[in-house]
Amino acid sequence: MSDARFEESAYGGPLLEVTDLTTSFSTDRGVVRAVDGVSLVLERGKTLGIVGESGSGKTVLSRSIMNLLPKRGLQREGSVRFEGKEISELPADAMRHYWGAQMAMIFQDPMTSLNPVMKIGNQITEAIREHLDVTPDYARDLAESLLASVRIPEPHVRLNEYPHQLSGGMRQRVCIAVALACGPKLLFADEPTTALDVTVQAQVLDLIAGQQAERFMAMVLVTHDLGVVAGRAERVAVMYAGRVVEEAPTGVLFADMKMPYSEALLASIPKLDAHSHVRLNTIPGRPPDLVHPPAGCKFAPRCPYVQDRCLEEEPPLRAGPTAGHQFRCWFPVGTPEGQEARAKNEREGRVPAAAVAGGH
Amino acid sequence: MPGLRRSPRATPGPGSGGPTIRDEVGETVHEEFESGFSGGGALVAEQAVLVGDEGRGRGPLKWGLSFFAWLAIGWMVFIVIIAVLAKIGLVTWGDPQNVIASCARKGPFANEGTAPGHLLGCDSDGRDMIARLALGAWTSLLVGTGSVALGFLIGGTLGLIAGYFGGRLDSFLVSTFNVLLSVPGVVLALALVAFLQGSAQAGTATALPDVVILIIAIGVVAIPLIGRISRASALTWSRREFVLAARAQGAKNGRVMWREVLPNVLPAMVSIALLSVAIAIVAEGALAILGVGVRPPTPSWGNMIAIDRGELFTSPHIVFEPALLIFLTVLALNYLGDVIRAKFDVRESAI
Repeated sequence: MSDARFEESAYGGPLLEVTDLTTSFSTDRGVVRAVDGVSLVLERGKTLGIVGESGSGKTVLSRSIMNLLPKRGLQREGSVRFEGKEISELPADAMRHYWGAQMAMIFQDPMTSLNPVMKIGNQITEAIREHLDVTPDYARDLAESLLASVRIPEPHVRLNEYPHQLSGGMRQRVCIAVALACGPKLLFADEPTTALDVTVQAQVLDLIAGQQAERFMAMVLVTHDLGVVAGRAERVAVMYAGRVVEEAPTGVLFADMKMPYSEALLASIPKLDAHSHVRLNTIPGRPPDLVHPPAGCKFAPRCPYVQDRCLEEEPPLRAGPTAGHQFRCWFPVGTPEGQEARAKNEREGRVPAAAVAGGH
Repeated sequence: MPGLRRSPRATPGPGSGGPTIRDEVGETVHEEFESGFSGGGALVAEQAVLVGDEGRGRGPLKWGLSFFAWLAIGWMVFIVIIAVLAKIGLVTWGDPQNVIASCARKGPFANEGTAPGHLLGCDSDGRDMIARLALGAWTSLLVGTGSVALGFLIGGTLGLIAGYFGGRLDSFLVSTFNVLLSVPGVVLALALVAFLQGSAQAGTATALPDVVILIIAIGVVAIPLIGRISRASALTWSRREFVLAARAQGAKNGRVMWREVLPNVLPAMVSIALLSVAIAIVAEGALAILGVGVRPPTPSWGNMIAIDRGELFTSPHIVFEPALLIFLTVLALNYLGDVIRAKFDVRESAI
């Protein structure tokens, strides 16, 4: 199986197709639907950004696609096709040939995703020796060149060091080297820069993007920051309460977002040209309880555009004006009915003032 | 502009200037630590912390150990050397079985019968205490380490498996441990010794040496205790993200357990192992007093106390001497266990 990755797959379709993936956990309080009917398509070498706030199901989605979630109390439905092959029902023994070799993951916190008592060199060679039939010396050389390719200075010295001897940014580079070790075709980057200092965030993101281009990998870039996906992802899916609420090519999304939640996310990014004492925009309230989600649109309780219909009836995913643009909303941003809904709310004082101030 | 501000230090000649010297010192310290221990990733990580944190330390206390820690290490080394020498007979302190009736119950410094005299006196049968204490050290340490080794091998492994896999296997193993724990330790050990000795006498099995029987009895009692600790530790480490990261790279369960979880669990377990040896030595003494310890004439610290406990008021030295050795050894092991735990706790806070 380890040789399969060298053969070019004859399959001409997209690398990853996720259809109606639902993932829920049984808890003492009830069933939590962390991912609810998500469908995604990712072509080879492309990047898909998944954006949403904490608890929107981004991390569970990426782990569910990779089938890495703990089995206890887990229910997964739907289909995950990798190179046209259904992998959602594969047992762990079969998935092991995909993990690391075909698809890999970079985790959020490099402090916890490296083993504190294992030398960095061994953490990289581990996966190489698992998947590729190479000698220990060759694996070590490979690890050294991987460290060099993620721009870690003095890679031969670092191989014999422990994670705590490196800074956070360096550790995340090591994590990237680990993920790239076996040349995966698909890389999941789960908030790869959240735990890092802002000064190294851009470096790390550019590094990932550079390696991605060089290796022609597809990438799922999970983040809570719309600014991170801008310019780095071909497509963006905005998630809320376990659902994709808007999906579009990145340019289209930023130019013409239809879902009030996307608009609120964008508005919550601080602006460089704003006056220094301008209050930061926030989205009022918190994500819904996924054990008992609201009946209608999941975002309705926090939405400045909310109408009675939103609370009763969940909007389906419908096509936007541009090809490849989909969203879930009855009163989309930038349409006459949306403007009217918002104006009506402002007249009647229906939502908190903070939400009203959020848009502009 | 930057070119004009170039300092003379920017182009130092080879071998000159402060930075080179500092590097050399750093190297030396590091090498000494590298050669200090050579086994176990955890230990090496520990030195790395020491290098970063206390590498500037000088002199014999470079490991950052206190005077008492060195005293405890010294005591344990002393006892182990004495025990080994007594067992292999390289150095004898007299024959532990040699009965000199005239010396019976004589206190320390009694000087009758043999040429060097009896520095620590004789027991109730007139056997030299030093010879018996030295060979008794071998028996006691063997039972102590052997039973703990058995407990760790079985209990530690089962605990690691339970903690790593979780689920039904975990519930099953933990309830098994709990059932074993519900039987008082002494009663369980007594029953095991009686069973193992009895089956040999009944001819259904070949007779095991007393020491092996005691190792099994105390080891079995230790299994659930060690198993639960190991399971708890494995449970916390197995839920760490780096374990998931290793799985996401396609590592098999056995490999993840062996390479990712075990090295993290081990430091805590090493300190518990030392504490357990101390407990096992005391347990051997307790079983001896109950009459199921190592049978005479083989001496152990426990059975020396047990045999001559009737002499406590007439010749107290016979009981006090092995008791003192047990006390000091248990104290040293406890203290070293604490020292090791404190040392390994640095690992994360030093980051």
